[in-house]
Amino acid sequence: MTPAVLFASETGAIAAESAGWFLKNAWVFPAIPFVSFLLILFFGKRMPKKGAEVGVAALSLVFVCALAAGAQWVSHVNSETGGHGAEPSADTTHEDDAPSAAAHATVKAEVEPGAEQAEQVHHVVHPVVTEWKSDWWTIGRIDFGIGTFVDGQAVMMLFVVGLISLLVHVFSTDYVAGDIRYTHYFAFLSLFTASMLLLVLANNLVMFITAWELVGVCSFALIGHWWEDQQNSNAALKAFLTNRVGDIGLLIGMIVLFFTAGRGESFNIIDINVAAASGAVSHTALLVASLCLIAAVMSKSGQFILHTWLPDAMAGPTPVSALIHAATMVVAGVFMVARLYPVFFSGLSIAGSPINALAAIGAITTMVGGSLAFVQRDIKKVLAYSTVSQLGYMIMALGVGAWTAAMFHLMTHAFFKACLFLGAGSVSHACNHSFDMKQDMGGLRKYMPRTHVTFLIGTLALSGFPLLSGFWSKDEILAGTGGFGLSEGANGNYHLMLVMGLMTGAMTAAYMTRCYWLTFLGEWRGADSPNAHHGTHGHDDEAVAVTVLAHHDDHAAEHDVAGAHDSHDAHDAHAGLPHESGPRITVPLMVLAALATVASVANIPAAFSFVPASWRLRFEHYIEPKSLYFPKLDHSEFSPVIAIISVVASSIGCALVVLYFRKVQAGDPKATELTNGPVSRGGLPKLAYGVLVNKFYLDWLYTDVIVATVKGPIARGANWFNKCVLDAIVIGAATVSKRIAGFTYAVLDQQVVDGVVNGSGIKAAETGGFLRRMQNGRVQGYAALMFGATAILAGVLVLAI
Amino acid sequence: MWLNQFLLLGALLFCIGVYGVLARRNGVMVLMSIELLLNAVNLNFIAFGAYHGTPVGQVFALFVIGVAAAEVGVGLAIVLLIYRNRSSIDLESVDLLKG
Repeated sequence: MTPAVLFASETGAIAAESAGWFLKNAWVFPAIPFVSFLLILFFGKRMPKKGAEVGVAALSLVFVCALAAGAQWVSHVNSETGGHGAEPSADTTHEDDAPSAAAHATVKAEVEPGAEQAEQVHHVVHPVVTEWKSDWWTIGRIDFGIGTFVDGQAVMMLFVVGLISLLVHVFSTDYVAGDIRYTHYFAFLSLFTASMLLLVLANNLVMFITAWELVGVCSFALIGHWWEDQQNSNAALKAFLTNRVGDIGLLIGMIVLFFTAGRGESFNIIDINVAAASGAVSHTALLVASLCLIAAVMSKSGQFILHTWLPDAMAGPTPVSALIHAATMVVAGVFMVARLYPVFFSGLSIAGSPINALAAIGAITTMVGGSLAFVQRDIKKVLAYSTVSQLGYMIMALGVGAWTAAMFHLMTHAFFKACLFLGAGSVSHACNHSFDMKQDMGGLRKYMPRTHVTFLIGTLALSGFPLLSGFWSKDEILAGTGGFGLSEGANGNYHLMLVMGLMTGAMTAAYMTRCYWLTFLGEWRGADSPNAHHGTHGHDDEAVAVTVLAHHDDHAAEHDVAGAHDSHDAHDAHAGLPHESGPRITVPLMVLAALATVASVANIPAAFSFVPASWRLRFEHYIEPKSLYFPKLDHSEFSPVIAIISVVASSIGCALVVLYFRKVQAGDPKATELTNGPVSRGGLPKLAYGVLVNKFYLDWLYTDVIVATVKGPIARGANWFNKCVLDAIVIGAATVSKRIAGFTYAVLDQQVVDGVVNGSGIKAAETGGFLRRMQNGRVQGYAALMFGATAILAGVLVLAI
Repeated sequence: MWLNQFLLLGALLFCIGVYGVLARRNGVMVLMSIELLLNAVNLNFIAFGAYHGTPVGQVFALFVIGVAAAEVGVGLAIVLLIYRNRSSIDLESVDLLKG
């Protein structure tokens, strides 16, 4: 019917020839963990390891398949882009870092003049689309086929989700060992992974929404894993309900897309992207759709102002937090924007603009998340706000047109954030399952060397330490803003985003230094430590003094409950000094730390001419779509100036915190960071601290202002409506029907109906009484009647004739 | 001209028969009056048959005579049974069909 559909079918047809088995049969990715979910759910309790072995085996299989799919995708791209088959052996050598590992480059300079034409022709890389028509359901002309849509982006996500989920499974076998719902925990981990893989591979919006909601349900179940605590089930509900707010935006946005870009006939993502990218759809429609979808991103990916559920989601088990923050759930929003990028690119006019809604939300979120991370006592909450901040980076990158940078940051962030979260889990495992950095940690460097090193690498990567993965991905984002002309080739000139990004970089380094310092340096302040400061309880007074709105927030009083976080863990309390965790915990940490270090080679800037051309910009080459369904983006070059400014900013942030902690160590009476520190602040710091501790009063705003002000008038209005309108209607209706009933009884029933019935009865009786006299039984009487009647009849006949 | 005389005779016989059927109380007399009715009809059949020059009237009359014989047989049997039950053949008292 349209070029879009033709394109999609053509795409599938062409791609199917050259693509590998795993790309054409990508359904196996969600299917494996889903089968594992069913197996664990129904048979898990009877298995020797209570179902954990099924989950680990399934995820190992998924991971191996993801590696195979990555290799096949690399060869697929190579064959589509002209097949410089000189270095095919290099394709799979670096599968460990990324599916985008090294191979040949599409460097124009290397192409002979005569091959220019061929290069142009082969510039399109077809995605691998497999569709089963009419397999799901059909309404009218609309066919909701199910299918998979595999391109570089999906392959990268398969790899990231498979890897993180596998490591989280392995980590969990130790971490939640002995839990009362151990089997269900693993069942839901499997389902969670399956949902995310389905989301990644969805080829139409209906499948996408289904997977999106499944992810939400699984996160609800896992955040509320220990639902016996009211607080945990509240956190799960908060996560779910906050996401529902955004889901309304998602549904409206998808419907708008269906009727505009899909022409009311197609939910297919490629059709919609092609229509949006070709300019066939009105700008207003795309703007409305992208604004609605931004609401969904705000809730799912924890963007300001709907990010408030994410820190509370720390109520779940730590491996789940790692899974949610690194691979599944929160990156779903980022993935959605990246998937429907033409809609956002055209709808928000990203190219050549100084600001747009997506970039602004991302930039604000990075700063909000970064600033809130400063006042957390709970190590997981520091990391949670850090995730909010880093997701803000990704959204900002998408907002400024740096698509590849956003995806690259998504991948590197998955590695180092999973490493940090699992490290936090390991730390708490050693510290009586407490997450309170100020009260129960400190000095763990000595006791947990492996956890310490991996956590340090994660911290450095997150802070943007040069040459670690976070540095490269963050720098690409900053360069992609194109602010102040510091980088070349960006899509717009987003000065403000660059400034905010740099400031957040400094803040990130600062709060991670604080977190690292409180956890690993100094002396141990745990319960059995000679350095314990529990006698003073200075922080309690401080918290009460400043947290005036603490009662509005389930978690503000975290110092009371921090120890209860993982208290369902059936491990015996670890008496004595903390100790290093077992191999099932430390090995995943080491794997992730190694990846956080080396993932940087996945996208070496093009400007680094000392690196062979076939090693540069691999990520961009293999992951970024080169097809009609993707807008033509400009790619910013590596900017040494921005890199230096960013490193300087981070160093300043780090140095300030180090200086401050030196004061703390020296016992400065004004330092407030330790458990026995002073309890009062004055002036501006007190004000700022109050604002941050209360999380910019957002929870207060939602719960006490919006909900309270809305629910009061609504309740009163409903009451008035009930009394004055509904009751009046009901009473009026009752009165009228009573009168009608009375009239019916007295007149209709008693007089008309009964009159007819009785009257006919009486008449029948009278007629019968008259007629029975003729039936006198005398044959001669009958004969007389017969003859009389015959005579009359004969007379009539004679007269008539 | 001569057809009228036969028809008039038939009508007279029929009227006598009707009178007998309606007015006599003796069951046997009623049966005999029915024979009069039938024969009046037979007279008409034959008169019309002769008038039109066809034998159909006579065939009908023969049939009627045959049926009348059967009828009288059944009728006399009924009268005989009534007499046995009631020792009377007075039709006034036979009113079991009374409604």
